[in-house]
Amino acid sequence: MNIHEYQAKELLKGFGAPVAKGVAITSADEAEAAARQLPGPLYVVKSQIHAGGRGKGKFKELGPDAKGGVRLAKSVEEAVAHAKEMLGNTLVTAQTGDAGKQVNRLYIEDGADIDRELYLSLLVDRSVGRVAFVVSTEGGMDIEAVAHDTPEKIVTVAIDPLTGVTEADVARISDAYGLQGAAREDGKSLFPALYKAFVEKDMSLLEVNPLIVMTDGHLRVLDAKVSFDGNALFRHEDVKALRDTTEEDAKEIEASKYDLAYVALDGDIGCMVNGAGLAMATMDIIKLYGKEPANFLDVGGGASKEKVTAAFKIITADPNVKGILVNIFGGIMRCDVIAEGVVAAVKDVGLTVPLVVRLEGTNVEKGKAILNESGLAITAADDLDDAAKKIVAAVG
Amino acid sequence: MSILVDKNTKIIVQGLTGKTGTFHTEQALRYHGTQMVAGVHPKKGGESWTGSEGETLPIFASVAEAKEATGADASVVYVPPAGAAAAIIEAIEAEIPFIVCITEGIPVSDMVTVKARLETSKSRLLGPNCPGILTPNECKIGIMPGNIFKKGNVGIVSRSGTLTYEAVFQTTNAGLGQSTAVGIGGDPVKGTEFIDVLELFLADDETQSIIMIGEIGGSAEEDAAQFLLDEAKRGRKKPMAGFIAGRTAPKGRTMGHAGAVVSGGKGNAESKIAAMERAGIRVSPSPARLGTTLLEVLKG
Repeated sequence: MNIHEYQAKELLKGFGAPVAKGVAITSADEAEAAARQLPGPLYVVKSQIHAGGRGKGKFKELGPDAKGGVRLAKSVEEAVAHAKEMLGNTLVTAQTGDAGKQVNRLYIEDGADIDRELYLSLLVDRSVGRVAFVVSTEGGMDIEAVAHDTPEKIVTVAIDPLTGVTEADVARISDAYGLQGAAREDGKSLFPALYKAFVEKDMSLLEVNPLIVMTDGHLRVLDAKVSFDGNALFRHEDVKALRDTTEEDAKEIEASKYDLAYVALDGDIGCMVNGAGLAMATMDIIKLYGKEPANFLDVGGGASKEKVTAAFKIITADPNVKGILVNIFGGIMRCDVIAEGVVAAVKDVGLTVPLVVRLEGTNVEKGKAILNESGLAITAADDLDDAAKKIVAAVG
Repeated sequence: MSILVDKNTKIIVQGLTGKTGTFHTEQALRYHGTQMVAGVHPKKGGESWTGSEGETLPIFASVAEAKEATGADASVVYVPPAGAAAAIIEAIEAEIPFIVCITEGIPVSDMVTVKARLETSKSRLLGPNCPGILTPNECKIGIMPGNIFKKGNVGIVSRSGTLTYEAVFQTTNAGLGQSTAVGIGGDPVKGTEFIDVLELFLADDETQSIIMIGEIGGSAEEDAAQFLLDEAKRGRKKPMAGFIAGRTAPKGRTMGHAGAVVSGGKGNAESKIAAMERAGIRVSPSPARLGTTLLEVLKG
């Protein structure tokens, strides 16, 4: 689960991280009052969407010469003018795709005098199974490009969960940045605070890009991106309250209500599969035979008939779907349960596109019998290869 | 021979009394008499569990008591996500040699703690978020469907449960059968990695060829490929086929498994496939041709 920058900063501030003063607004009328709460004379007006690359992004509705999704203002009036131009328009960035995202919220923030821009992130380094700081002197840049072009400029410091961030860890991070004086002092509290926030709130990513050294020598979190571990949300009601569903795909929201793993894609063959690996492999084999999948959908291990019905409805509600492939290899999942769910869903919502079903594993004979006896126009497939060929041929 | 489990393995069940634990324990007992010896439940110690065909198992209040009473050398964890890490740690503290955790959805930070505890322990953990392990005709721990297996000589290791079944099914249909099939699980932080299982398969006389199934996210496949290259230089090498799921997955999106995500420019399918091919693994473009690809490799 992702949150907005302004929410991330509010959260980090609670752990003692230095962030600028700022006010979030949802209408241009609030812009002046918001800016007047800040000390000035420099203001930053930042689009709040769940995607990176906002500064270099362009608004669809504005001309190509218009400024991007993060703008500087040297007066309250200028900040208000920016707010009026940005709110409600669609920002297209390297991460939003061509459709872009509507900017429904802005964050007006006190400007900072920047001396140096640094990169910091915290994530779970799976190669060692530990939370790690990823630090680089190349702040404000696309870190993937830095990793690709100059990997020596990235330093990783993994933290022992049994000790937490030690003085030696802090020193390694500070040395990697070349911090001195006030900034080095700030780091002694900031780095452990960020680690504490990451662990206590069950984050999966905490990215500060850039972390800045200001001209007064102190550190400040200038931008913040936070994602949370979806598996840990059950123990964080406060984090759940930060969710902004307007930033998410409607079909994905519906799927999450039924605990289905669903990712919307651009193709036209809908897929319903059990198991994440098999669901990805099903997408891959559709592509191998020349078509594109409309979605990733893993109904999971313990799917009930109701869950399968819900999954089927989500797939058929997608107007791009021209055919459906159900691919089940039952381990936990029993084929008869899947078959009953599919039959119930088809009877409920109707079937206007070709449907190919491949069943294998636990209770496969029962499952096949249920499909055969339903009298529905379902094409049975012998194996995964056969299933993929049949659905691709049916969609044409 | 086989790896990790055989007909002598004695297994206790943590989370036996739930619906999932009950169903799969019944299945295991009916699979060539897998030695499921006891269940563990903190509040039901002294009671007993009864399966749908009248099978019974004693329930103990703790893993340590169950181990003491039964001589168990393995444990399978079906405990729901919120309590699963604590269950694994209890098994570690009881010095259970082999712990298999089936539970999906354990918070990553809990697994970071478990991993640190494992490092100084006498236990090996398989999983979490995995289908378990099965040695044909001898022992089934976890949720794999036993009826698709055939005693044979292919070692199978996979991050995906259902793709493990595909590999098993296809090698059975190809007449090869399996020595042992191991699902290492789809989480980013786990107990057993590809390298650990490959080492065991290379050392196992019965395993004459190997299928390795990876997916996007992380660098475990690349690490495994490097391990295989290094071992081959020392003359340890077996014919291998492989598959990587997620060629068509979009960047930055988590594909069901918590660990299946291409992020920070790392973990894409192409890099994994290239690394595996460099290590001499024949990587099938189709998940439906795992068995036939291995047959081609074996024919040379």
